[in-house]
Amino acid sequence: MTSQLFFQYLFAGITYGSIYAIVAIGFNIIYNTTGIINFAQGEFVMLGGMIAISLHAMLPLPLAIGLAVIITMVIGALIEIIFIRWLQNPSVLRMIIITIGLSILIREAALHLWGEGVRSLPYFNGNEISTIRILDTNISPQVLWVIAVCAIIVALLSLFFRFTSLGQEMRACAANRLAATLCGISTKNMVTFSFMLSAGIGALAGCVVSPITYTQYDGGTPLAIKGFTVAVLGGLGNSMAAVMAGLLLGIIESFSVSVVPLAFQDAISIALLLTILFVRPHGLFGSKEAAGLKEF
Amino acid sequence: MKRFFLSTVTLLALWAMATFFAMPTAAQAKTIKVGAILAETGGASFLGGPEARTVRMLVDKINAAGGVNGDTIELIVKDSASTPEKAISFAKQLIEEEKVLAILGPSTSGETMAIKQLCEDSKTILLSCAAAEVIVNPVAKYVFKTPQKDSDAVKKIYMAMQQMGIAKIAVLADNTGFGKAGKEQLEAIAPEFKIQIVAAEVYDKAATDLSAVIAKIKANQDVQAVVNWSIVPAQAILAKNIRQADWNVPIFQSHGFGNIKYVEAAGVAAEGIIFPAGRLLVADTLPADHPQKSVLIQYRDEYEATFKETASTFGGHGYDAIMILVNAMKTAKSNDSEKVRVAIENMKGFVGTGGIFNFSPTDHNGLDIDSFAMLTVKDGKFALYTK
Repeated sequence: MTSQLFFQYLFAGITYGSIYAIVAIGFNIIYNTTGIINFAQGEFVMLGGMIAISLHAMLPLPLAIGLAVIITMVIGALIEIIFIRWLQNPSVLRMIIITIGLSILIREAALHLWGEGVRSLPYFNGNEISTIRILDTNISPQVLWVIAVCAIIVALLSLFFRFTSLGQEMRACAANRLAATLCGISTKNMVTFSFMLSAGIGALAGCVVSPITYTQYDGGTPLAIKGFTVAVLGGLGNSMAAVMAGLLLGIIESFSVSVVPLAFQDAISIALLLTILFVRPHGLFGSKEAAGLKEF
Repeated sequence: MKRFFLSTVTLLALWAMATFFAMPTAAQAKTIKVGAILAETGGASFLGGPEARTVRMLVDKINAAGGVNGDTIELIVKDSASTPEKAISFAKQLIEEEKVLAILGPSTSGETMAIKQLCEDSKTILLSCAAAEVIVNPVAKYVFKTPQKDSDAVKKIYMAMQQMGIAKIAVLADNTGFGKAGKEQLEAIAPEFKIQIVAAEVYDKAATDLSAVIAKIKANQDVQAVVNWSIVPAQAILAKNIRQADWNVPIFQSHGFGNIKYVEAAGVAAEGIIFPAGRLLVADTLPADHPQKSVLIQYRDEYEATFKETASTFGGHGYDAIMILVNAMKTAKSNDSEKVRVAIENMKGFVGTGGIFNFSPTDHNGLDIDSFAMLTVKDGKFALYTK
């Protein structure tokens, strides 16, 4: 393999990986405060893209994206308030089924609202054929946007969780919900915040990847599956681990193309997920003890 | 628990509303039932959407003008969501419960093959809107199809390649029935034109980025052109990824590219793509004495005025399906399925959007290679390809 081809695969892998990682982070935030997997996470990504595309018809791009993120956050909060907040000690299974139902509901609503066609935001820089030469390879400028946005999200999140009181309260809630309640933290509000936060992150991801992957009403589900794989691979609840696992999976997928037919790409990621679940159910970077304490 | 119950009921009500809105209105007296199984949603919605809108528009128009032989047509459209499983259950429902005269569709080759035998056994006329040649070869008595043959599309592409002096190509296809059948035809017909396939890849119909596989194919120095065979948005993604890799290879697409939305999705990356298609997309540039011109322009203008979107060849397949059926019913002066079937089989010189149909007991497609024109994309629009 020439070095040019090597870097071409590497960049393709990092692009896939960054997209998966952002979705996985959304899973992790909600998992941390509620202990459940929100299967509607992929739909947040789709909604963010769709709303931004609709708004872009009348607003400049940065404003459209900003507004789309805010609207999706409001939708995330409303979903939590309407469907989850009032449940008294819900079982994990029940909450998961609610999120699956929600994902179908959002998808069908999007189908009626936006139709079945594919849409996309314009490229942030350049157009469909512009390329940048890095390390003797050609990549689309949008790829750099995806990688940068992923990095910024991770950096801001770790600052948010470490240094803001809201972030610390959410972490307390994740560590021990009962103790957090005793300290006067409203766990219910924290769950709402976590839905808002992951909806916002999902929406932002949906906007950045839209020029590359296109946005379609049913585009959220495949992303959610990959994001879930990555979240489990890294260890549920750990956002930094999700980034590492996302990049790992993306790079494995893109390099696999060079040895096996393209059709096996998804089989590889599913095989990886199964292997991890058998061999290290707490994930590559997770701790066994911590995973043992969780309900799910 | 009560509130949980209430919200469940609300949800179910919402779902029921969404589902039943799509249902046709109640039956009227003295009607002929015609079924349609079309992929209005799912991966093939680019095909099924325009097809369903077209047949609804035409049936309304025919009924408003007094129907066929004095009877009105009751159209029952089912959304297969691009899945063969749903196509089968809808076909059973239409045949056994609704007792339809004919079924229009399905939109994709995989779905059509899934219900071919079912229609044959129940003596229900099937007018498929899908392209693969296996639908009518071997011939089944009750099964017809309106789009051009994929083998003719392949030949048309290879002829253009020979003119350009291209001998070594890479083939990409999606994993739908259309992609698989196209790839088989490409491989089978290549030796006839002395063309060598040096790389072949199949991608998932939901693929969102193909840059890794493009890197692999680009590294193969022998490749002189890329042929892509699919009906999904990935054909626009593929064009972008090739150009983003700074690769100026000629790109050929199948007749599945004949929807302007794919061109819009690919933007400038679509420029110069060459593909075979029916003449609907370039109706304006046809000479005035071309037999199809008036049919094409009338359909296109009606569709665009009704739905405020650009007409595609796929909607045209729906047009051909319903118009061939109606024409046969008029010729047969009857709604008896055997008589209508014979009328379709003997139909000659019927001018449709896909070409001029000449059916026979051995040819249930009725179109020849001349029904295709080679098109290209120029300034974001379809144009006739000239060397």
